Amino acid sequence: MKINIQKYFYGDFGVEDSAGINDLKSTTTKETAWPLWEIFIRSKQGLDHKHAGSLHAADAAMAIENARDVYTRRQEGVSLWVVESKHIHASNPDDAAAMYEPANDKVYRHPTFYDIPDEVGHM
Amino acid sequence: MQLHDLEKAFQDKIDNEIKIEPKDWMPDAYRKTNVRQISQHAHSEIVGMLPEGNWISRAPSLKRKAILIAKVQDEAGHGLYLYSAAETLGTGRDQMIDDLHSGKAKYSSIFNYPTLTWADMGAVGWLVDGAAILNQVMLCRTSYGPYARANVRICKEESFHQRQGFESLMVLSNGTAEQKAMCQDAIDRWWWPSLMMFGPKDSESTNNDQSMKWKIKRKTNDELRQQFIDMAVQQVKVLGMTLPDADLKWNEERGHYDFGEINWDEFWNVVKGNGQCNKQRLEARKNAHTEGAWVREAATAYANKKAAKQLRKVA
Repeated sequence: MKINIQKYFYGDFGVEDSAGINDLKSTTTKETAWPLWEIFIRSKQGLDHKHAGSLHAADAAMAIENARDVYTRRQEGVSLWVVESKHIHASNPDDAAAMYEPANDKVYRHPTFYDIPDEVGHM
Repeated sequence: MQLHDLEKAFQDKIDNEIKIEPKDWMPDAYRKTNVRQISQHAHSEIVGMLPEGNWISRAPSLKRKAILIAKVQDEAGHGLYLYSAAETLGTGRDQMIDDLHSGKAKYSSIFNYPTLTWADMGAVGWLVDGAAILNQVMLCRTSYGPYARANVRICKEESFHQRQGFESLMVLSNGTAEQKAMCQDAIDRWWWPSLMMFGPKDSESTNNDQSMKWKIKRKTNDELRQQFIDMAVQQVKVLGMTLPDADLKWNEERGHYDFGEINWDEFWNVVKGNGQCNKQRLEARKNAHTEGAWVREAATAYANKKAAKQLRKVA
């Protein structure tokens, strides 16, 4: 039996045109580059918004629309926050020791530090 | 702190499995390697939409069309996660796109092969996405935090890609004689290029040692490739098809399958830009970027106009 497989070269085959690497010019300039936005998603009612990632958009409305398409395609959320990245202020990693290490030796801030007899019940 | 101390503190963190975050000190070469690797990964997702986009209009049913559209949309999303991760290292999106278009930055060579029949959509899902998943699962544990997180998100979505491909091949493998032949033909054409996706042999790879030490990579090219082959040999049996390698044989001593020699001349030839579709792919990307310029400009103009209006209202 002769089996003939139809192969579609026309849609996906092309060496006839050169890629024209030499006439490449950048079309984006600093003026048209969209600002960066950080995306926060609430996965369901009652939970916090959590950072999911970032994207570029011309304005807040577009950032929300794009975030919908990029970060919530599989029911990941019921609410979105978008914040322009430049408005986020972060602590400096170099200060991490000074900022967070003082908490290390204060175990008395945790409930498990205290021994309470069993007969007291849940406390 | 002296440079030497910084480097030691950095390596200590890596050795103790503490992730590196954007604002942490890092060696220039670590930053550069990550930018190169993450942007190359991002470009691969974006260019990877092209061979599959080719079949959206010709999918054999509405169901397959909807699946294919969802998959291609996912690839766009994956590209975006990765570009965002690379941007945290201080390289702008424009710069990365320019580097792709000028040919300075690479993308996975697999996408320079044409998708000639519908069965290719199945083979790409099963083999190409399957190979990509092994790599991405490893990268969920890479040392740079934003890159690791992007891969976690990608892996959650990617497993549907491989499963739909395999399922699609299963349908063909139970079909008419022509459909079976088409299925085998697609496997025959995609098998070797898929093995090449893992990159050069460890003995020939220049980036391996440093990337392993920095835990950017956690498995070598050869380890991942072997893992992939061992899995595929079992899976192809379910399809009732064969893999196009006469040397595939179980090696009791190694506990792995031995396989034939990869055509590395072909690999390097495609990397250097002489694959069947290199020019077409790059051209498609550049056209999309150029032809979309007015949209980007219009959106900026509109945002500026709205902001100005808002300002007047407040004043």
